[in-house]
Amino acid sequence: MERVLTTHFADDRYRHVDAYVETGGYSALRKALGMPKEEIVAEVRKANLRGRGGAGFPAGVKWGFLPKDLSRPRVLVVNADEGEPGTFKDRLIMSRGPHLLVEGIAISSFAMTIHVCYIYIRGEFVREAKILEEAIGEAHAKGFLGKNILGSGFDLDVYVHRGAGAYICGEETSLINSLEGKRGWPRNKPPFPAAIGAFGLPTIVNNVETISDVPWIVANGGERFAAMGVEKNGGTRLIGVSGAVNRPGVYELPAGVNLRDIIYEHAGGIKDGKELKAVIPGGSSTPVLRPGEIDVAYDIESMARIGSASGSGGVIVIPEGACMVRALMVLMNFYSHESCGQCTPCREGTGWLAKIVRRIEEGKGLEGDVELILDVCDNMMGRTICPLSEAAVMPAQSFVWKFREEFDRHIKDQKCPYGNKF
Amino acid sequence: MSVAFSESARREFDALFSRYPDREAVILPALYIAQREFGYVSGEAVEYLAGLIGVSAARIEGVATFYTMYNRKPVGKYHVQICRNISCSLLGAEHLIEHVSRKLGVKPGQTTPDGKFTLSTAECLGSCGTAPVMQVNDDYHENLTQEKIDALLDRLP
Ligand SMILES: Cc1cc2nc3c(=O)[nH]c(=O)nc-3n(C[C@H](O)[C@H](O)[C@H](O)COP(=O)(O)O)c2cc1C
Ligand code: SF4
Ligand code: FES
Repeated sequence: MERVLTTHFADDRYRHVDAYVETGGYSALRKALGMPKEEIVAEVRKANLRGRGGAGFPAGVKWGFLPKDLSRPRVLVVNADEGEPGTFKDRLIMSRGPHLLVEGIAISSFAMTIHVCYIYIRGEFVREAKILEEAIGEAHAKGFLGKNILGSGFDLDVYVHRGAGAYICGEETSLINSLEGKRGWPRNKPPFPAAIGAFGLPTIVNNVETISDVPWIVANGGERFAAMGVEKNGGTRLIGVSGAVNRPGVYELPAGVNLRDIIYEHAGGIKDGKELKAVIPGGSSTPVLRPGEIDVAYDIESMARIGSASGSGGVIVIPEGACMVRALMVLMNFYSHESCGQCTPCREGTGWLAKIVRRIEEGKGLEGDVELILDVCDNMMGRTICPLSEAAVMPAQSFVWKFREEFDRHIKDQKCPYGNKF
Repeated sequence: MSVAFSESARREFDALFSRYPDREAVILPALYIAQREFGYVSGEAVEYLAGLIGVSAARIEGVATFYTMYNRKPVGKYHVQICRNISCSLLGAEHLIEHVSRKLGVKPGQTTPDGKFTLSTAECLGSCGTAPVMQVNDDYHENLTQEKIDALLDRLP
């Protein structure tokens, strides 16, 4: 199978510019610099490159939202916050193939007439931040970044900006506030970042993987990229499989690969010979699936059709014998901890959900608590500045809908049938 | 009320200002420099940065308290942060947290009396494929077992 990103990831030298260039690296940049800008954007559109950060917005279309007027400088922000539980793919790109990202940034910036890019990386990724700094330095030294790139007259500076421990900063407007040196509070939209973003300038925010796909698209053409995936979701995806599988890890597979195959073939099936109990298919914010639901194509539209999402590509596998109430408790603790507190329904709602699920798990659940969870969820939907509120509701509702009997049993027996542990 | 940043830190501040169209954007990186220099972000460091950047101390204070990675009081020589999110929990992180807590004799959020270790729980560290995971200062330790943690913590000087 053809791969876009990971072909050389086993090679330790690949993170340095010389090895990257030996494998054809930066030839796409050279090619792009000789192309009309609109044509690069057109290739990205043809590629059906959907944002890999979670929302799946078509990258080429987003780029088209920049105002036509070039008098105000524009900014590219790469989202390397990678905070969604179950997601660990961008870290792989940054540590094994940082020049893919740097080259993608250079091409994308040229196509959008952007002269400054910030890579916003989560604060915990200290090592990855250093690798990126080193890659940026190497690219500068070779003339792939900086002034007059490869003699084209195009200038670009790239800076690494470290976050400081806040999941919400992965949300693009929160990220922009954080980049500006503020608290990571999401902003109301509109205005969208493409109109008014970082430092008041038109800004495009894209995920690490999204931008890293761009060199391949320019080198091989958008149509070929599109053809690797399915109708509206082109290319491959980096899919991280974690939890109770024999071979956890990141797998690069075509968009639309069967979810069962991801778990049983690629990730080697369920650990310790156990049965599957549940799958959270696209990072912790995506609705949980029962074992009977996993014969599905892992692409944006197919997953939406079954009421879930491929999100940020993090498949979390829950085995038989694991308590679903406890799993939800872990997630609700997380969301209540990470709510930025600006909107009452989210601040109060995530707190309530955490509290109710905790008391059920601790054997102190009250009659009516399950209905209360669903009630709280209803009040959290569609009334908030950013989608974090909904991100908490999706697991809460789906866990209750699909594993109701476990919640009821906890309340009836006034204890956790699994002994309060995983 | 004055703190002494090193010569190299002062050079870093200058370089930072040139990266952004707005001076306030250096607040996050500058707080990291303060933390590196003094081990935590002290009130004096906040005052200094406020003067340097040209904003109120309250403005910096508001940022420093929003983010979990800025320590507002001294932490142990080793800050041990164990992920407690879903993928790590499924593979035994809860037991590891209990184990380390017993071993060090402190609860999450506390520092050992000798100042050597601070124990914390962390939310997903973005390394779920090698769960369970912990971070000790800047370094990740992956595929943890009780034995691995013991060997590591016992070895730290
Ligand atoms: C609460 C929340 C957290 C998010 N975290 C991330 C993240 O860690 N990384 C990321 O790339 N996108 C994240 N996103 C999505 C971004 O807001 C944005 O859609 C994305 O960076 C756009 O890039 P893309 O179109 O290339 O996917 C998050 C969104 C929300 C609502
Ligand atoms: S929905 Fe939650 S996280 Fe998002 S802005 Fe409102 S309070 Fe903050
Ligand atoms: S859940 Fe522990 S690193 Fe992601």
